[in-house]
Amino acid sequence: METTAKADAKDKPRIGVFVCHCGSNIGGFVDVPSVAKYAATLPDVVYATDNLYTCAEDGLNSIREGIRKHNLNRVVVASCTPRTHAPLFQATCESAGLNKYLFTFVNIREHCSWVHMKEKEKATKKARDLIRMGVARSRLLQAQVEEKVDVEPSAVIIGGGVSGMTAAASLADMGFPVHLVERESELGGFVKNLNNLYVTEKSAADTIKPLIEKVKSHKNVKLHMNSTLKSVEGFIGNYDIVIGGKGVEDLKTKVGTIVVATGALEFMPEGLYGYTQYPNVVTLTEFEILCKKKTLPKLKNVAFIQCVGSRGQNKSYCSRICCNVAIKNAINIVDNYENMLGLMEKAGTVIDKVPVERTAPEEILERRRRRRGRDRGEEGSADEVKLGPSEKIEVTIFNRDVMAYGIEHELTYNKAREKRVKFVRYTPEHLPRVYMEGSQLMVGYFHETLKLERTMPVDMVVLSTPLVSQPDAHDVAQMLKVPLGQEGFFLEAHVKLRPVDFATDGIYVCGTCRGPADITECVTQASAAASRAAIPMAKGYVQAEALTSVVDDTKCSGCGTCIQVCPYGALRKNDKGQAEVIVAACKGCGCCGATCPEGAITMTNYTDAQLLAEARAGLQEEV
Amino acid sequence: MAEAQTEIKETPKPSEFEPKIIGFLCNWCSYAGADLCGVSRYQYPTNVRSIRVMCSTRISPHIVLDIFKAGADGVLLGGCHLNDCHYISGNFYTEKRVRLMKKLLEDAGFDPDRLRLEWVSASEGEKFSKVVTEFTEQVRKLGPSKVKKDPMVMAKVAAADGASETFRLRALSGRQLGLEKTGNVYGQKVEKEELERVIDQATQEEYERSLIIELSREKPRSVKDLGKIMDVPTDRVLRHIVALRQRNMITMEHPEGLTPTYKTIEIGGEQ
Repeated sequence: METTAKADAKDKPRIGVFVCHCGSNIGGFVDVPSVAKYAATLPDVVYATDNLYTCAEDGLNSIREGIRKHNLNRVVVASCTPRTHAPLFQATCESAGLNKYLFTFVNIREHCSWVHMKEKEKATKKARDLIRMGVARSRLLQAQVEEKVDVEPSAVIIGGGVSGMTAAASLADMGFPVHLVERESELGGFVKNLNNLYVTEKSAADTIKPLIEKVKSHKNVKLHMNSTLKSVEGFIGNYDIVIGGKGVEDLKTKVGTIVVATGALEFMPEGLYGYTQYPNVVTLTEFEILCKKKTLPKLKNVAFIQCVGSRGQNKSYCSRICCNVAIKNAINIVDNYENMLGLMEKAGTVIDKVPVERTAPEEILERRRRRRGRDRGEEGSADEVKLGPSEKIEVTIFNRDVMAYGIEHELTYNKAREKRVKFVRYTPEHLPRVYMEGSQLMVGYFHETLKLERTMPVDMVVLSTPLVSQPDAHDVAQMLKVPLGQEGFFLEAHVKLRPVDFATDGIYVCGTCRGPADITECVTQASAAASRAAIPMAKGYVQAEALTSVVDDTKCSGCGTCIQVCPYGALRKNDKGQAEVIVAACKGCGCCGATCPEGAITMTNYTDAQLLAEARAGLQEEV
Repeated sequence: MAEAQTEIKETPKPSEFEPKIIGFLCNWCSYAGADLCGVSRYQYPTNVRSIRVMCSTRISPHIVLDIFKAGADGVLLGGCHLNDCHYISGNFYTEKRVRLMKKLLEDAGFDPDRLRLEWVSASEGEKFSKVVTEFTEQVRKLGPSKVKKDPMVMAKVAAADGASETFRLRALSGRQLGLEKTGNVYGQKVEKEELERVIDQATQEEYERSLIIELSREKPRSVKDLGKIMDVPTDRVLRHIVALRQRNMITMEHPEGLTPTYKTIEIGGEQ
């Protein structure tokens, strides 16, 4: 790195402060020009300015120019959050010849302007304080050199569903050896259960068959069926893993990256809507299975109930796919009453065909006449009602809202309405009820428009339950040291900007294990995860962030407490009996530093002196 | 710009005390939670000045106690929920250390409620605003810290800080979790309550010794004198003095008549 020229920490600090308006995001709630003016008065600050957008090319140029013109050896940017923008500003500093560890980020947006929108004076004071703290820290920063770590060009993918197979195939096509680990005896994951897929209407098995065949025959894919990842040790580029399972011999190997694609399960709505109480109350997935196995009973009236257990009931979230799946199945039922896909074929026997031309009962015709006539503002005619086989069937989707997002889904929704699938809205205050009246399954519901309690005899109730996280996701999370969100799905590094990365380098996530998604979305995510994983593998090395612990061997007494507390085994005793840091394994948490009984361990650029200077500056009264 | 100058001169309403609170937020959970709080525009009082650290486990008792010494009215530590730590076990150590810090503050007669540890995940934006609002109000009620005004309060907090830096307390609090979970070198597990009792006793001892050091910095003190100021029986003070003399931290000076006095040995200067 050509960044040493201005990186000498022994030089007297020459600090430049760049305060961002972020359009009106900061500028609207903090008096930015006055803050920049104040920053210029702080010790060792030789240049301070404000930018409309510091992260835009203009703003970045002003940093580069500032470094050049004013010979800055420290840069402080006061703008948004380091969690998203630190790499950009660090790279800018590097491009102007300043070591990136001499950059300080001050957050005056998420932690100031956006949370104090009604107190401009106080928010402005806080912004001044935060910048004073940042400058105090900046003065004590030291340039750091990053260590290069080689990356093993191979990957392990956990989960042999659509996501895992897609990621495996992508990486294998790029030429990387891939271990695909699947705990079941068959590939295909959740999609194995499904009958046909929405939009294409093609059978699920046919759709994923080419993918299964591809990973099975690919020379770069090593399949591990009936196996799980038993242990993982190491860090990006250097993971020592053990793959094994019942009756399968353990395989120890080394990989550079890990893709998590462990999938999801459907929520079992125990105790809801007569589930398990009545035989013909099934979940959406069970319904698919019945369709697929062609073991559906003869159905005339089917009710779908949406959002069972989701959106605040048992789970907080919307499962996103169930509306479309229910609509698809509703259309299937209507279309396939004639056995087009043999949906209701039972073990080879074909049910009686329903005559194409058939007259509906007079009372229904009369009702429809009135209904249509009301639409047109005139009397309707009974003659136009031609009853095909689909008229025989009543499919009702009880929903809270229909989330048929995007282009195709909305069209499918319209198609369902054309086929007279009924959409009846309910509210969480008036949930539909499923009960038996004699031997007849019934749905009772509150009609929101009519404001009336209604009932409806049905042959089957299909409950649309959400996808839920794998019950053992927690074990995988702990083994890989990656986080789970509140609902047990894996939590990506950044919801918008890094959707398939984990915060831990070298581990990626895709598919339904990070939240409900349909096949299209899973394939998109899996392709993305594969290409993210390919970056360090193609490059062949990564630069380890210089954010590690450092042992002062004049103070270390060799007591070994640090070795006990380190969660990564990143400390060991050297031949002098003193503690030594394995830089590539150290993740910089600082536990050893806070623990060392001799105070012999500190963290690069998170030293006690830096933290205390920053805190003390925050307590100072403004001069 | 003229506007800006008048703003700097703005005078706070004398009636409302604005506490100064320093926050340490871990990068992966609570800092991210605070970010989400901002993105979601949940509003909270402006009193907390947050510092980002990689993990809450980075914060040693010394850092917190030193900040109280510097006049902070409150300190907020934010970490990931237990079992969700980005560094696996970091927050378990934080929990143990915070217990030690609170015990030291209590021994020093400094309200331990000025220190708060909260678990805030990356998805708990709203919780962050609630925590800050609540804590700010709590500290506001406790009133301004007296460390800068009352030398005795300062001496006591400084003693707590000094105690936290001793090998004994650092080693004990560092090994506490391991002793509970995997046991000592002989594989014997130690009961949590038993261990806490041992640590609490060690904490009190180290605190009292540290206070002797603080009180005997400016002028030599007799055992009787120290016992009176510290409200500790003189025999215990004497035992502490013996221990401190063995560690070469205190020296006997200017005996007046038959009463010896002791003065702290200063090593080096403040950095």
